[in-house]
Amino acid sequence: MNILVCISKSPDTTSKISFTDGNTKFDENGVQYIVNPYDEWYALVRALELKETIGGNVTIIAVGPAADESIIRKALAIGADKAVRIDAEPTDAYFVAAQIAAYAKENNFDLILTGKETINYNGSQVGGMIAEHLELPYVSLASKLDVAGTTVTLEQEIVGGLQVVEVSTPVVISCAKGMAEQRIPNMRGIMAARTKPLDVVPVVALELYTNYQTYSLPEAKKACTLIDASNMDQLVELLHNEAKVI
Amino acid sequence: MKTLVYINKNHFSAKASFEAVTYAKKLGGEVIVVTNGDATGAEALGAYGAAKVLVDTTIAEADSQQLTRLIATAAEMTGAEAIVFSHDLVAKSVAPRLSVRLKAGLISGAIALPETAQGFSCKVNVFSGKAFATVAVNTSIKIISLLPNSIQPENIGGTAVVENFDGKAGASVIKIVATKKPEGSIPLPEAELVVSAGRGLKGPENWGMVEDLANVLGAATACSRPVADIGWRPHHEHVGQTGVAIRPNLYIAAGISGAIQHLAGVNGSKVIVVINSDAEAPFFKAADYGVVGDAFEVIPKLTEALKKFKNAN
Repeated sequence: MNILVCISKSPDTTSKISFTDGNTKFDENGVQYIVNPYDEWYALVRALELKETIGGNVTIIAVGPAADESIIRKALAIGADKAVRIDAEPTDAYFVAAQIAAYAKENNFDLILTGKETINYNGSQVGGMIAEHLELPYVSLASKLDVAGTTVTLEQEIVGGLQVVEVSTPVVISCAKGMAEQRIPNMRGIMAARTKPLDVVPVVALELYTNYQTYSLPEAKKACTLIDASNMDQLVELLHNEAKVI
Repeated sequence: MKTLVYINKNHFSAKASFEAVTYAKKLGGEVIVVTNGDATGAEALGAYGAAKVLVDTTIAEADSQQLTRLIATAAEMTGAEAIVFSHDLVAKSVAPRLSVRLKAGLISGAIALPETAQGFSCKVNVFSGKAFATVAVNTSIKIISLLPNSIQPENIGGTAVVENFDGKAGASVIKIVATKKPEGSIPLPEAELVVSAGRGLKGPENWGMVEDLANVLGAATACSRPVADIGWRPHHEHVGQTGVAIRPNLYIAAGISGAIQHLAGVNGSKVIVVINSDAEAPFFKAADYGVVGDAFEVIPKLTEALKKFKNAN
């Protein structure tokens, strides 16, 4: 089984979010980057579990500048066999998906896995876009993934419930909670990651469909109104007359 | 601009669908709903501005590839310049495919109408609700996936004309083996009122009072991540950064301290009420109303007060 896992960097979940250059750029000052949790905890770890049980290869791919190699090495330390970095600043989901699809087209993968979304852009776009570029089926928001031969069985979230589906490889899957448990890289993994292959692939030129112009932060909340625990009638009255939500 | 709105046949009377059609209407041109399977009930979407409903009755359940082909066919047929989705699980699998197929820029998770004075740009949620971005679309066709509860649906009266069409959806390569639907609950992402509880409730056996409160309000129930992880509540109720992100009008949280990862999933809520015995809980900083007290006493009192209010109004 040849598996491609798409990873993205994202700021640590506790990062303070702020912007610079007239609110046109994310302020990276003091920000610690991590592998996007959905890509790491679910997509990558499940890919490694499949490799361990049925054999195969796990390649990780990221679109980003040389500075992103630290998070790529972390994914290698968790256990991926090799990595590919497409040498470009990612501008939007369409750009990232087109780059990954161009690489995947030239290399045969049975499974292409992404996280369900990144925690910085929350778009849930890259997986579906890769699938359309490659004209492959796409199973989004999968919480279980099993493989028997060329048959892939998945459990996925649907509106108001879950469904179990079967599809043949090759297929693109976006991975959500439930698929696997987070793995912490051990010292052996970290040492091995240093010498694992990391190919740098040049960018494919393309037209940009969207661009992120400016950013803003939500308005600061006004101080919380405290209500005495014995006076729930007052809370109900405030929710009705002041907040007007009931 | 002439706008297509994709709506699933089970959602013709859902508030999120009314919002999507209202949004499309406000883009200023003719609004055409596209669906598949069965259009019974879809004519009512005319009240929110849809002139026409295009239905391909030959295909009941469609996967993302089929829906992409079907909507692309409708877009080509009508010459639509914009395609609107409600940002649900279907939109998340279909809109990105459609973007590639139609060479149309996608705005995912829009929270407002576009700015069209110079080009076409729209505000979206980013950084898990901790910030907003303005995204411009450079392509002639625009695709917008609208977050629920972002605009107020406007009933302007009227009915839509239903027409059959051939969506050329092709065959599915995905086989549905089983479907599991939890009974009777309000889907969390669409709920306007949500009652949520965390580890402060001490055990799954204490959720009765949370459900009582939710029932009196007509609210959906939710929980924090630890509660879902230890199995007190099902995973689909977990709201937060790695669970469901919600933006209801009212979010009541009891026994949840308000870690930054939890806030990321609920900070789009219009009004937040926090009930916690620890006056130092970080959640109070994000709350509009706070009650410092024991959830086991406060929740039943709040339920009683709400009952009294409901009976009097």
